[in-house]
Parts: sequence; C-alpha cells; structure tokens
Amino acid sequence: MSEYEPVIGLEVHVQLKTQSKIFCGCSTEFGAEPNSNTCPVCLGLPGSLPVLNQRALELAIKVGLALECTVSNRIKFDRKNYFYPDLPKAYQISQYDMPVASKGHLVIEVPPHPSLPPQRGEGKSAIKGNAGISHVSSPLAGEDQGGGEVPKGNQLIPKKIEITRAHLEEDAGKLLHEGVRDGSWVDYNRAGVPLLEIVSEPDLRSPDEAFQYLTGLKSILQYLDVSDCNMEQGSLRCDANISVREKGDSKFGIKVEVKNMNSFRAVQKAVAYEIKRQVEATQAGERIAQETRLWNESKSQTFSMRSKEHAHDYRYFPEPDLVPFTVSSKQIEQIKKSLPELPQARIQRFKKQFELSGYDAYVLVSDKPLGDYFEACMNERISAKLSSNWIQSELLGELNARKLSLRESKVGPKDLAGLIRLIENNTISGKIAKEVLPEMLETGKSAETIVKEKGLVQVTDTKLLEEIADRVIQANPKTADEVRAGKAQAIGFLVGQVMKETKGKANPKLINDILSKKLSN
Amino acid sequence: MSQKINIDQTAELARLNLKSVEREKLAQDLESILAYVDQLKELNTESVPPTSHVLPLENVFRKDEVRKTNIRDAVLNHAPKRESNFFKVPKIIEGV
Amino acid sequence: MELYELTLKQAKELIAQNPAKQSELRESLSKRVQAVDPKIKAYINFTPHPNLPPQRGEGKSTISHISSPLAGEDKGGGILFGIPISIKDNIVTTGWETTCASKILKGFVPPYDATVVRKLKQAGAYIFGKCNMDEFAFGSSCETSCYGPTHNPWNLNYVPGGSSGGSAAAVAGGLAIAALGSDTGGSIRQPASFCGVVGLKPTYGRVSRYGLIAFGSSLDQIGPLTKTVEDSAILLNVLAGHDERDSTSADVPVPDYATFLGKDVKGLKIGLPKEYFVKGLDPEVEKAVKQAVQIFQDLGAAVVEVSLPHMKYAVAVYYIVAVAEASSNLGRFDGVQYGFRAESQNLKEMYFETRNQGFGDEAKRRILLGTFVLSAGYYDAYYLKGLKVRTLIKQDFDEAFKKVDVILGPTAPTPPFKIAEKLNDPLSMYLSDIYTISANLAGVPAMSVPCGFSSKDLPIGMQLTAKPFEEGTLFRAASAYEAATNWHERRPSL
Repeated sequence: MSEYEPVIGLEVHVQLKTQSKIFCGCSTEFGAEPNSNTCPVCLGLPGSLPVLNQRALELAIKVGLALECTVSNRIKFDRKNYFYPDLPKAYQISQYDMPVASKGHLVIEVPPHPSLPPQRGEGKSAIKGNAGISHVSSPLAGEDQGGGEVPKGNQLIPKKIEITRAHLEEDAGKLLHEGVRDGSWVDYNRAGVPLLEIVSEPDLRSPDEAFQYLTGLKSILQYLDVSDCNMEQGSLRCDANISVREKGDSKFGIKVEVKNMNSFRAVQKAVAYEIKRQVEATQAGERIAQETRLWNESKSQTFSMRSKEHAHDYRYFPEPDLVPFTVSSKQIEQIKKSLPELPQARIQRFKKQFELSGYDAYVLVSDKPLGDYFEACMNERISAKLSSNWIQSELLGELNARKLSLRESKVGPKDLAGLIRLIENNTISGKIAKEVLPEMLETGKSAETIVKEKGLVQVTDTKLLEEIADRVIQANPKTADEVRAGKAQAIGFLVGQVMKETKGKANPKLINDILSKKLSN
Repeated sequence: MSQKINIDQTAELARLNLKSVEREKLAQDLESILAYVDQLKELNTESVPPTSHVLPLENVFRKDEVRKTNIRDAVLNHAPKRESNFFKVPKIIEGV
Repeated sequence: MELYELTLKQAKELIAQNPAKQSELRESLSKRVQAVDPKIKAYINFTPHPNLPPQRGEGKSTISHISSPLAGEDKGGGILFGIPISIKDNIVTTGWETTCASKILKGFVPPYDATVVRKLKQAGAYIFGKCNMDEFAFGSSCETSCYGPTHNPWNLNYVPGGSSGGSAAAVAGGLAIAALGSDTGGSIRQPASFCGVVGLKPTYGRVSRYGLIAFGSSLDQIGPLTKTVEDSAILLNVLAGHDERDSTSADVPVPDYATFLGKDVKGLKIGLPKEYFVKGLDPEVEKAVKQAVQIFQDLGAAVVEVSLPHMKYAVAVYYIVAVAEASSNLGRFDGVQYGFRAESQNLKEMYFETRNQGFGDEAKRRILLGTFVLSAGYYDAYYLKGLKVRTLIKQDFDEAFKKVDVILGPTAPTPPFKIAEKLNDPLSMYLSDIYTISANLAGVPAMSVPCGFSSKDLPIGMQLTAKPFEEGTLFRAASAYEAATNWHERRPSL
C-alpha cells in the first residue's frame, strides 16, 4: 500500500487597516449600519472612478518586505471580471501580472510537541484545568496536558514556506441569506475595503503546518499592525488548495480548493479531513474531481459545491481608470527601515537576551501582546524563566477560564511581577502563589496585599520547621525508616505532612531539605 | 485568425439570454466584424509595446482620509427591490 | 433675432447687461423646444425627476427645471451666469434621470453630479435638459436610442450623427444655447459635422471623466458642442482642469482658451495626411475640405503633406480595444442596485434576462465582441494586438507633429446619411468614424468645424487635430477660418 503525502497551499486575504477604503473616502469601520459607508465609487455607480489610497500601498509594501518578498518597482492594477451581486461593478480591481510583491517566504517553526501553543481569540478554547498549557485541544494531538509546568522546550524545526506573491485588491460587499425570505440581502459597506491577497507555494505538508503558517503569518501582520487579523470579523480569510500524491512523486495530484473556514482551527480540521478524503478516494481507485468544496463546520466535512459553476474566465485586462505606479528602490528602503522588530528577530533576541528556550520564545513572541507583556515583566527585573512559565500556564489558564483576553486582565505585567518577586524572595511558595493569582484577577488587588490580608506569608522559620519535622518523623516511624533505607520518594509524604501542619505555608523545598538532613544519618 | 466566435459561450460569459431570433443575426454580425479586424495581423508588432494609457501619468494617489457621503437613502430609494436598509435580490439557485 | 438663436457669448453679454433676460432666454428656448423638438427629438428629458427631495444647495425656483447654482457659489459673477446648458444623457446629473438612452437605466436618478456638471453650476450655468444619444454612446447616427432616433435639423429624414446626436441637433436647431457631448471614437465631432456646428474632443485627460458613464475608459472625453468656435473656448475654460476624483485627469494648467481666438494663422503649419484623400471619401466632402485648405493658404498658413501610415487600421483597433473596455464597463448593469430589473425566479435568471431585455442590439453586439476579445485564448491575438497597433497609431501622430502644428482633414467620409440607411450594416456604420477614431486612440485633441454643405444642403465638417494639450492651436486655426467664412451663420429652416 503506497504512502501518500499531502500538498497544501494557502491563499490568505487580509483586510488592511486603513481609515478609508482602497479607492474612495468611505470609512472601513466594521459593524456600521448597512450600506451607510458607501459612495458612488464603492457602489460602482455609473460614472464613478477609483483613486488609490496611498496608505494601502504602503501597508502592502510593508507586508511584502516582512515576508522577504521582492517589492516591485512598477505595479499596476487589472480588472477581474465576473458577476455576483456583492460585486457592484461586475469586476474587481485587482492585480494580475504586476503585483506589489513576489517571491518571498515565511519560516514556520513547527514545534515537535504535538499540542499547540495558546491562541488569542481563535474560536472557543477548551480548558484543561488551570494548570498546564491552556489551549484548544487539537483533535489531532490527542494528548492531554496535565501537570503544572510548560514542557521543557525542545528544539523547533524551522521550515521555509515560499510565498508566490502578495497583491492588492478591493473587497466585495456582503451577501446575507440567513433569515431573508425568498432571496438575499446585499450590504456594500465592505465593498472597496483594501485587501492584500497572500498566496503561498504548495509547500505545506500537513494540517499542523497549515496551522503554523497561519499563526506565523498572523503574527507578522500583528507586529506590523497592518490588520486586525480577526477571522471571525472577516479581516483575515483563508482558502486552501489541497492535493495528495504518492510519497516520492514529484508530480502534483489533482488540486481541490476548500473555502468557508472561519478560524485557523477550522482550516486545520478541513485540511485534515480533505487529505483523508482524497487519500481514501485515491486508494479506492476513484478520480479526484478538480473542484471547489466548502467546509461545513457543524458536520466537520467538506462538501462539493454542487451548483453548476460557470467556468471562470476572468478576462483580466489592465485597469484603464488607474494609472501605473512606480515605487523607487529608495522608497522601498525607507519603508524597510521603518519596519518594527518582527517575530523571527524577536524570538532570537528573547533566546539570547533572556535565555529562553526556543519553544518558550516562540510561544511568547507568536502573540504580540503576549510578547509585550513578557517584556514589560522583564523591565521589572524578575526571573525570565519564572515569568515565561507563569505567563504561559498560570496567567493564560486563569484568563481563559474567565474568557478574558490579556488586554482585559486586571493583572498587568507589573502586578504579575509583584507576585513573582514574592516567590523569588521566598515570601510565598509557588503553590501558594497559584492561589494568590486568581484572587488578584478577581479583586484587582496586588499580590502583597492579598498575601498580607490572608496571612499567606510563607513559614521560613527553620526552628519552627525543625520542630514540626521532628514531630512528623516521630509520628510516622515507618515512612521515616523507608527514607532512611534509601527510598527517596517516601519523603514526599512526610513533606506533605509538614505542609499540612503549616497549612501549606511552608516552603516545600526547605521542608524537604530539613527532613532529608534529619533522616540522612 | 478568423475565429468562429462561440456565440453561446460568449453570451453566457456576458450574461445575455439571447433569444433565437437575435442569436443568428448577432453571430453573423460578429463574424463579419472579426473578419474585418483580422487585418491587424498584417502588422508585425513583436517589438511594439502595448498602449493601455495614452498619458504618461503615474502615481496618482489619495490620502487615507475618511470623507462621508450620505447617499444611502438616495441609492436605496432607487433600488429595484429594497428591504430595510438592504438591496434585495432573488435567491441563488444554480449559481449566478 | 429670437433669444434661442443667440450664441453663448451673446447670451452671456445679454444677461450681464440685464440679468432679467435669464428667464426670457429660458422661455424662448422652452417654447422653441416645445414647438420643434417633437420633430427632432433631441431631448430625452428637459425637466428634473419629479419625486426627488431638493438637493442641498438647490434653491426653490418657480420654474421647475432650473437648477440654481449651489448655495454659496457664485451668484452673479460666474462666467456662465444664467446660461442654460444641455447635457448628453450619459453624464450624471443629480436630480435628473440619466439613462444613456437605454432601457436598462430607465428611472436611474444619480445621487451625484459629474465633475463637469458641478463646474458648470459653479460657473453659474444651469442644466436645461438631457440630450438623446446612441444607447451607451454606441453608434454614429443616434439611431440606437431606446427613445427613438434624433433627426437632423437640416433635413428630418437624415441622421444627426452620433453618438452625441441629440446634443448636436439641439445646438443646430436652436433648441440649446450650447451642449455637452462625449467622444470615444468621434461621437462629438461627427455629429457636429453632420449638424453644422462646432464640436471639440479635448486631449485625453484634459476634462474630468468623473460622472461620465463609461464606454471606452481609455478613450472617452467630454467636450462642448457649440454654434461658434468662441463659444467652444468659453465652455472649455470652465470644463477643463485637473480633478482629484479622476486618476486619469491631467494636472496640466488650463490656459485662457479665449486668448487664442482672433489670432492670425500666418506661418501656421497645416498637415494633410495623404491617407485621408483616398477612395471612399465622398467627392463633395473632399471638395469642401480642399476649399477649406485653400482658405487657410489664403490666410497665410503653410500646407504640408504628412503621413499617418497606420490610419487604415484605426477602426479595427477601436473595435477591439474600445469594445473590450465597454463590455467590462457595462457589466455593472445587472438590475441589482438601480434601473431596470426583469421579472425573475432566481438570481441567475435576473442577470440573464435583465441584461438581455435591457440592452439594445448594438449594445449587445459590442458587449459580445468585447467579451470575446478578452476571453481566455483570444486576449493576445486581439486585445493585446490592438493595444500594440494603438502604439503605432500614436507614434504616427508624434511623427507628424514634428513637422506640423495642426492636421487637417474631413471629419466624416460622407455627408449625413438617411435614417435607417446604415442601421443594418454595422460595419458600414463603423467606417463612418474612420477619420475621427485615431484621435481617441492617440489621446490628441480634435475639433470639427463647419466647412460647407452638400448638394442636398446637408452640412459638411472639417477636422482639425493638434498635439496633446494644444487646444489653443485648434482655437487659433478654427477661429481664423470661421472669421473668413460664414457657414456658422446659416441656420436650418424648421
């Protein structure tokens, strides 16, 4: 039985964060009253003409540079002609043969760990307790993350995904079907919002890689601040092109386009489903139809768009209403210089500057607000490792449980730093700290205040601990003997007993040391 | 180069439901026009650049500023079918 | 003389002396239209749409069809103060139905004004009416209008030319003081020639296209149709200029075109393309144009032979490039947002039926042709080829203008033809643009000026073509010719 490999390419449409639309002065604001952000131009009224928004081009160039593309010195627009009610002019002004940017790449760092890092706002998250990595459990990972610590960082494997091109185009309006009797409604607020279409080469080889590509791309876009990247709001959309072939074969199989995925997870699931479908079909000797399929989230399947699609002949030709554009190499250089620190660079810096593992750096950097939060903690001069762990597992776990975003957290970097400082100077144990954090989130009070109010200050009085240790050893002669005999694990029970007596306020490590010393003779 | 124009395919692309009475005449008209324009092949244009724009204009931009125009009611009022603040179109059955 | 017979210049002077003459002028025109337009059918509408709420700035007027200047704008000093201008019905006018003489746009009342209309209003003018035209400007005879043909005021059995036939006929027949038309392949100049009036197609980019319902986007220009050369200069002064809403609008300063009038043409170099005077040119037209050449020589101009070797391919290029753009521009007429929508059970039917029922034959011809030449597999052989030959045609003009200041020739190969004469022969109709099309392909300015009459007493026009942005040279040559002749003083007997 031959082994198959999937071949995946992704087309991502990103709404660029300009104030006004790409060819007119209408607002791009999301959620306005239907058809209120319109004018003759974006409505495509007869006689209207487009004029290019300078900022849209700037943002497109920024993205191109961040994706290591060649930004073209000469660009032009073309008309893509087709009929649909959400397309007012019956053509979309897009770019055909002279796009803004081409031939770039995105490096994905696929973590060998099958479970994936926490994502902000990516669909509903399933919480696995308040410890461990709180993340959406991937149906593919199938691994449960218990435990209180972030797994030790393994080396991430970098993989370059080639990017064919990135081009500018205008968005279409919205067609609404749900709840409309005998027809559909059209809202043109979205028509004319600037889009950047980013097309990858078919270099992705698994649903995970697809997911990584999307998170990596979103991360870069976040850092550039060029888009809200919100799949639910539609500011980031993704279509997938999937085919399979026998391992070792250099020819491509029949390509199927999959649309209608509303989250990165959905893309991952849809890709996984489609691969399985195609492999099974191929193995059964069936021919894969070259078609467009829609992902059905509730059924977790892709379905063929059964409706007879008119053959798409877009009849591209140069847009006569827009003149060509020249971007000088000097201008490109200037824009390049203005780019902020990008994720890759930040990951390297985190590794070096804070001695974080590749994995930890990757997780913190992937989500810009998370990285910013971490750096703010670092300004408080506390342990990088502790901060990294606490941010990733405890803080995010607590926030996820409360369905809060990092921005909404009452515990800011300075607050978290305050808590960690208490651990560092032994005022409280890590265990106690885990109880303090939820309090901080609920009440907004500082760690110090809560520890003081609740009398949680760690017992470090060695004399007192020695006394308690003696008592515990006396009360548990059998276990004590086991430890003396060499069974090291048994000490755990004794530590627990001391902890109980101190109402958990003693430092477990200290107790362990004391007990070990007493039982070592 | 005289192409036999596939009138049905072209009408489909152009979203025209040609009736049989007009279909033949149109096909003939188009054939003769295409035959006429065929004379362009007499010219060797291999090294000639195409002219899409007659003026040597480039880099015409507008600033990224919001400019409000309140034409919503005017346009909805002349919609063939309007429902609330939307344009209404018939349901999609077999594509568009 | 009746007030409707005044030239724009004369009307200006009259109103400047006595502002009360505004309403008298309006009355005179309205009466004339009521009396004569039923025969000519130059107008589609000469009242605004009834159900529209007053637009901002539109003062209340006692006479319904006056749109007063925008509030706060020039109330008395505008150079077109009180002047009624008739507008071809493919130029959007807020408050006035704008139909492109097509069923598919019936009832479409634009919520905005074309830039040229805004400029006219700012200069104190008002819209007198919307003129008939070939549907979507597809035609050279004004016969494809869904409202029926316009008739040539000089002889009602003849076409006024097209596509701005209504505008030209209105000016010629005393139904308008002046009018706007649009020109993609000769649609201002050829009807000007057929109606014995002055018609100017400015340099591409000289006048804003914002608000002109597009036909051939890389070819279209709006221009004036007037009784005299001077009127044309006055209007162009108002219309010309950069528009930030039109990316293809040139940012070139607008001279005072009136300063080019009344200048002599001594030493002016006039080119006669040898390709112009060949078989197919009506002998009466040739005679009239050659007489005009003589007059220029008498006035001191130097006449030189030039060559436009690729001229004979111009019509072929046009019927690829212009129709391709048109097929795309007309995609938006689908019944979704405005205009005609056919009864339909589903969306697909709506598209197919609306468009097939809404468009006339010529529109369908061009849409099909344009769709075809852009379609997969044919793009290189047709559209790309057409764009390349366009380059050759433009280069022809560049070369010729190294030797001469102005090119002279006939505007149309024949005098006006009879109504219905060419309607069933599209190709023959297309060839009536043979002299005018090249100017659109090259983007150069060109003007038609009356230069004689045929033996049937039908007008003949000559065309003057100049370098880009050299409309001044056109005015200089045309006004000198006009001063030495009196074709412009003749009026049709209606």
